[in-house]
Amino acid sequence: MIELKGITKVYGKGKRAATALSNLDLSVRKGEIFGVIGHSGAGKSTLIRCINLLERPTEGEVWVDGVDLTRLSRSQLQEQRRKIGMIYQHFNLLSSATVYDNIAFPLRLVKLSKAQIEDKVKDLLSLVGLEEHRNKYPAQLSGGQKQRVGIARALASNPHVLLCDEATSALDPQTTDSILRLLLDINRKLNLTIVLITHEMHVIQSICDRVAVIHGGGIVEQGEVAKVFLKPRHDVTKEFIRSETQQDSPLQAALAGGDLGQAVKITFLGEKTYESTLSHVARGTGVNFAILQGTISTIKDVPYGQLVVRFEGEPAAVASTIAELTAQGLDVEVLSR
Amino acid sequence: MSGLDFSAIDWQEMQEATIATLKMLLYSGIFTIILGLPLGIVLYLSGRSKNMFIRVVYSVLSFIVNILRSVPFIILMVALIPVSKAIVGTAIGVLGTIPALVIGAAPFFARLVETSLREVDRGVIEAAQGMGASTFQIVRRVLLAEARPGLLAGVTITLVTLVSYTAMSGMVGGGGLGDLAIRYGYYRYEKEVMIISVIFMVVLVQLLQIAGDRLVKHFTRK
Repeated sequence: MIELKGITKVYGKGKRAATALSNLDLSVRKGEIFGVIGHSGAGKSTLIRCINLLERPTEGEVWVDGVDLTRLSRSQLQEQRRKIGMIYQHFNLLSSATVYDNIAFPLRLVKLSKAQIEDKVKDLLSLVGLEEHRNKYPAQLSGGQKQRVGIARALASNPHVLLCDEATSALDPQTTDSILRLLLDINRKLNLTIVLITHEMHVIQSICDRVAVIHGGGIVEQGEVAKVFLKPRHDVTKEFIRSETQQDSPLQAALAGGDLGQAVKITFLGEKTYESTLSHVARGTGVNFAILQGTISTIKDVPYGQLVVRFEGEPAAVASTIAELTAQGLDVEVLSR
Repeated sequence: MSGLDFSAIDWQEMQEATIATLKMLLYSGIFTIILGLPLGIVLYLSGRSKNMFIRVVYSVLSFIVNILRSVPFIILMVALIPVSKAIVGTAIGVLGTIPALVIGAAPFFARLVETSLREVDRGVIEAAQGMGASTFQIVRRVLLAEARPGLLAGVTITLVTLVSYTAMSGMVGGGGLGDLAIRYGYYRYEKEVMIISVIFMVVLVQLLQIAGDRLVKHFTRK
């Protein structure tokens, strides 16, 4: 659906040149929600703006829907851009136009008839739940409502792709969740491919299928959200997850006093999260366990659990406990001895 | 005030002069907008371009605008007498003044247009580009729509400036209230006509400003 090949973006020239992206490859599948997470300055904003060529990469190819956008003429590019919707952190609505006129904007660009525009805008207003606000101006709306207008406007031209540039970063947590639910809803209803960038792991965890972690102008880690989230490899990824789950400090204290047994981190995924595997296995091998720390949550709709426990018992019994848990399909990571 | 006698004022002449001023204001205002608005848009667009050739165009235009704006209007008016003769066939009276008024005010208005367009949120323009809008569509549907309050304020300022320019044009044989004030007040020491003329112009400026402010307020959505 979207292929970025060897994207390099350099701002400025000569001594003052700054590289925002270097030789970056990315591929997004049709119908998925793909998240890019990174700190400010990591290049994520430049990356998403390269997808519709609001930012023209210094080098590399941008393929969307089988077309290399970098090779198009100005008018061909305008044509292609209509198939790529985009929403923004600061909404970027016309302040001089009503909700209705904002949503109608892309339709008027392609000179649809009044009746066609009316029909389409009505549908979109009901999709985003803003029917009674159609004649208001953006200044009269809350942040969440403005973003709903942004989403409706982005969907007006029936795009194949929706780009979300920090779309929830200016919103409070409740509003963020309602916008994320709306995006997920749209993704399923319209089978729309969504690419979003964010600095919040929470956003990735809530709605993304796959994630890429961007750092220093390159992608340092990517994959299924569950995999990256539960088994992060790169330090930057770990840091994002730590800030989301706020795990470390009590755990470090518990591990420091842990010469009594062996601490392990057990990861449950899917239905196993709600099963009593751990206590069954422990009863069978005769070890005791203390839970030092734990999280039970969901990634998108998939439940997962992550427990740090300390096994107390004969080393052989502990070893067979770990082997049994692994055999039951749980992921066990030994933390200390 | 002693020594003033308002009974000698020829009100018929006063009325004609007022109408002449309003005519000059109307026509020069219309042509100033017709000329200045596109010029301001071109200044705005070329000033942001990364293309070297377009940057040169901007520099040249900007230089010309600055020159026209730095020459005192009274001198510009005299210098433009041949131009007025070439365009409208005369350099005196209501008609003869209009080319000079327009050439004096259009660069000023163009700068005001450029400034108001620069105030338009970059993000909104970018969103329009992202939706596949052409430059013409962006100008028409984004820039002019979003900058409307600023543009109306610019029109108001320009019209007020034109009121004072029409008065100055009285010095070189233009018509209207300024002409009356200079002929009677300055050359013939009949202060009364001058005072009334000035009062009329003050009222005119106040009315323009009030009307302009109302329009700006009406179209402001922020």
